[in-house]
Amino acid sequence: MNYVDLFRATLPETVLECAALLVLVVDLAFLRNSALRMRAAMAAWLGVAGCLVAVWAVYAASPGAFSAGNDLLLAAGGSAAVAQLGILVLTCFALLLLVDSGFTRNPGEFVAVVLMSAAGGLLISAAQDLLVIFIGLELLSLGLYILTAFAKKSGKSAESAIKYYLFGGMSAAFLLFGFSYLYGISGSTNLQRIVLGSYTSAAGATPLLYLALVMIAAGLGFKVAAVPFHLWAPDTYEGAPAPAAAFIASVSKVASFALLISITAAGWHFLDVLHAVGRMTITAIPPGAPRPHGVLGFRYGWSLILTVLAIASMILGNLAALVQVSVRRLLAYSAIAHAGYILLGLAFFSPWGDRSAQTVLYYILTYGLTTIGAFGVVGVVERVTGSDRMDAFLGLHKRSPLLAAVALVFFLSLAGIPPLVGFWAKFNLFAAVLGASQGALPFTLVALAVAFSAVSLYYYLQVLKRAYVMPAVDGSPIRAHPVTLAALWVIAAAVLLLGCFPSLLQGWIAGFYPAG
Amino acid sequence: MLAFALYISFAGALLQALLPKSRPGLARWLALATTIAGLAIAIAGYAAAFGQGRQVLVDVPWVASMGIHYLLAADGISRVVILLTGIAAVAGVLFSWNVELRTNQFFAFYLLLIGGVYGVFLSFDFFLLFVFYEIAIVPKYFLISIWGSTRREYGAMKLVLYSFVGSSMILIGLLAAYAASGAHSTSLIALAHAGLPVSFQMWCFPLVFIGFAVLAGMWPLHTWAPTGHVAAPTAASMLLAGVVMKLGAYGCLRVAIAVFPHGLDPWGFTFLGLASWRDVFALLAVIGIVYGALVALAQSDFKFVIGYSSVSHMGFVLLGLMTFNQIGLDGAVLQMFSHGVIAGLLFAIVGRIVYDRTHTRQFADLEAMHLSRRLPFAAWVFVVAGMASMGLPGFSGFIAELQVLIGAWTARPWWTIAAGIGIVVGVAYTWRALQRAFFSDRIPTPHELESEHAHKLAPITWPEIAGVALLGVSTLVVGLYPRILLGAIEPAVKALLGGVQ
Repeated sequence: MNYVDLFRATLPETVLECAALLVLVVDLAFLRNSALRMRAAMAAWLGVAGCLVAVWAVYAASPGAFSAGNDLLLAAGGSAAVAQLGILVLTCFALLLLVDSGFTRNPGEFVAVVLMSAAGGLLISAAQDLLVIFIGLELLSLGLYILTAFAKKSGKSAESAIKYYLFGGMSAAFLLFGFSYLYGISGSTNLQRIVLGSYTSAAGATPLLYLALVMIAAGLGFKVAAVPFHLWAPDTYEGAPAPAAAFIASVSKVASFALLISITAAGWHFLDVLHAVGRMTITAIPPGAPRPHGVLGFRYGWSLILTVLAIASMILGNLAALVQVSVRRLLAYSAIAHAGYILLGLAFFSPWGDRSAQTVLYYILTYGLTTIGAFGVVGVVERVTGSDRMDAFLGLHKRSPLLAAVALVFFLSLAGIPPLVGFWAKFNLFAAVLGASQGALPFTLVALAVAFSAVSLYYYLQVLKRAYVMPAVDGSPIRAHPVTLAALWVIAAAVLLLGCFPSLLQGWIAGFYPAG
Repeated sequence: MLAFALYISFAGALLQALLPKSRPGLARWLALATTIAGLAIAIAGYAAAFGQGRQVLVDVPWVASMGIHYLLAADGISRVVILLTGIAAVAGVLFSWNVELRTNQFFAFYLLLIGGVYGVFLSFDFFLLFVFYEIAIVPKYFLISIWGSTRREYGAMKLVLYSFVGSSMILIGLLAAYAASGAHSTSLIALAHAGLPVSFQMWCFPLVFIGFAVLAGMWPLHTWAPTGHVAAPTAASMLLAGVVMKLGAYGCLRVAIAVFPHGLDPWGFTFLGLASWRDVFALLAVIGIVYGALVALAQSDFKFVIGYSSVSHMGFVLLGLMTFNQIGLDGAVLQMFSHGVIAGLLFAIVGRIVYDRTHTRQFADLEAMHLSRRLPFAAWVFVVAGMASMGLPGFSGFIAELQVLIGAWTARPWWTIAAGIGIVVGVAYTWRALQRAFFSDRIPTPHELESEHAHKLAPITWPEIAGVALLGVSTLVVGLYPRILLGAIEPAVKALLGGVQ
């Protein structure tokens, strides 16, 4: 093991951890007697600076994949780099929302925990080994539990954190149990070796493999809030302070989906691996001997599980969102629905090239960006009106025209109306699904997803209806902090521009993958 | 050049959104200037390319990795509907001159809708067309729910959900066609030449056709139209009936028929006397013609009469499309223009000239008001518009419906007979509306006379006269000299038929 390589490969994570410590030190040592607003602003900006340095580090570290022996531990470039950069940028925006919110007296600690969680997210985006995956996932999750509970004066915040923590602990246990089975089957903790092992070893196609996959899906389904592991999401989205909720809804999702991409891609690109390792294992099987179909077992098993999760999430997420009166809960159920669409893209993963991985990343990054914006608007409205009910949005166009305009952009983008980026993300994803697999099943599922997008427009319009159509009960203006407003406008402009010029982001993502 | 109609409208919408709220007058004049500029471009583009074939206006790669192009082009059919959009847009602004509530926002949404409509009519790339089609949906919601009347939130939501469900079907068809063609392009021309398998066209055609026909008001998916029209503010109902329903019909022709022509082929078996999708949709169109007319006959609300008459008239467009022959398609496109202008005029009279003065649309109340005496202008304009709507010679509706009927006769004679019943009922409901709303023979009581004297109706304003003149002259010119449009439509239809056969 070469420690210089390890340091280079984990440079972005290291930068974030150092930034987290720096924020704590600055807050405790120099700003103890300053006003809370000042401390919050300082902590947030320091955090943003740390993220930007980490962005540089990702570029600097990007050629350096890290292996121990022959086994790849941390991937570099490709999906890993895209997800890492996405996580860092989204973390910046989530931190900027902190400037305007007064839920905590310890902004330094909040920012530090956010940065450490983000480091966990960076780790699992690149991880190719079960142990690294688990460590990264726990680093991310433990931070999220703390962030959820950060509004110490709010009972809701504590309650939702406990719920989140209990569900999270349970799902981590499932995940670990599933990992242990995988290790038992294949004798390795490396993703690609596990897939290979499931093909070559006799135990590969046993029900044990399916059991392991189901358990892993349970653990990761919890992270991405897929039905039936979604129960924490509405409560957490409702109870967590706005910046924390935005962080959970975006960064944590990006990281978890990046991990799902790694696992799926490992299962789907086994042919490449076979070419690399040699065809010995295949040709060694004498003709007439029962052919092990472990790889098919892995692929079809995993695909089937993801399909079931996707269908359940699309249906339940969209239908439950119809009846919500709290905007945060609405966003939670809409997140479940969006997770369903994305899982569809993963379930019908393209065996050729990286098209599917790119479209899934495109979707989750733009979704994360939009949802941070939506939480930013909810956060401002909530701070002034004291409520996240839909009725708190009454007459928003009069109370704050700028805020109402960005809310219009975000919610329409979530509904998938062109020319906003949400539409393009959906189109791209569904086109990739249909391009990757022929047949009636993927087509039916895409048709279902498109039909449910039509349903989703109804509930997004419920918010916009209050903001634009219905008269205000209280006409007093809503003032947002200029930094928040600027951040929201930057996000809205990005949502519009990326929607009008979809090849910008698409080309940028494709640039990280080997050509061809 | 035509592309600038699109850009000007979007730029106008953006400008309106940035205008201060306190300057409604400025917003009005700006909107009028924007739409007049659009109309001028439409007329100039129409005249410059009269009778010519398809011209590509802009063609740049948009999403290179998927072969999607920003491809704007125009042929005779597009030029006619763009001309209609220009006329309807100007008239709509003139008839919304009295909008006082959030004027600049009203015109921002209005121009956004217009821009989307221009975009659909100019797009020759399926993906681009779909994008503009969706852009046109959202402004309708806000126009109706903020500035509308009777059950506006219900009408607006219903309209938007119907449109969005329709567009979902189109999106599924788009995705399927893109995946099936393997042509790595979403251009309508490339898709039409991609040689899509007949079995694929057989199920994709009805999907896309129904998706568009939702917006064209095809029975039984028309129910958004009457409620939406009634709930909408005058300008929006003018645009809904005049232009937005044409989006659907245009999409049926430009996308569904031109890209999936084999979808019209016979199934090879007969089910309930129907042997192809063509029979199915023609039957639905004929039902729409008769049903819309009969329901219009039974309404007590003046605006509902016009709303259902739109369903009936749009049935002619769909029937014309299903004839799939030269004269029937000519008639369908001409009917799009004709109905756009006439429905706009009728909605303007009911929604703006009458309703904004009397504050009622119930025939029972209008009968007591003796409007032919108190609003002679409205009464006589309605006589003219009603005659045009009935399809009397000399107006655009006559030549359009005649062509559709001739086309239908050559295809399936019984379609013509059934549609003929619709025309007769059409005369009846227009006559009934005319008589009950304006020329009631009730003798006024002295008390009524006194109150009429005390509450004089506001005088007719210049924007109303200008708007009426614009729409009235349009239908008359086309009615007296139909070559002015047919000269552009016929070669385009011939090219389209030649391309698919």
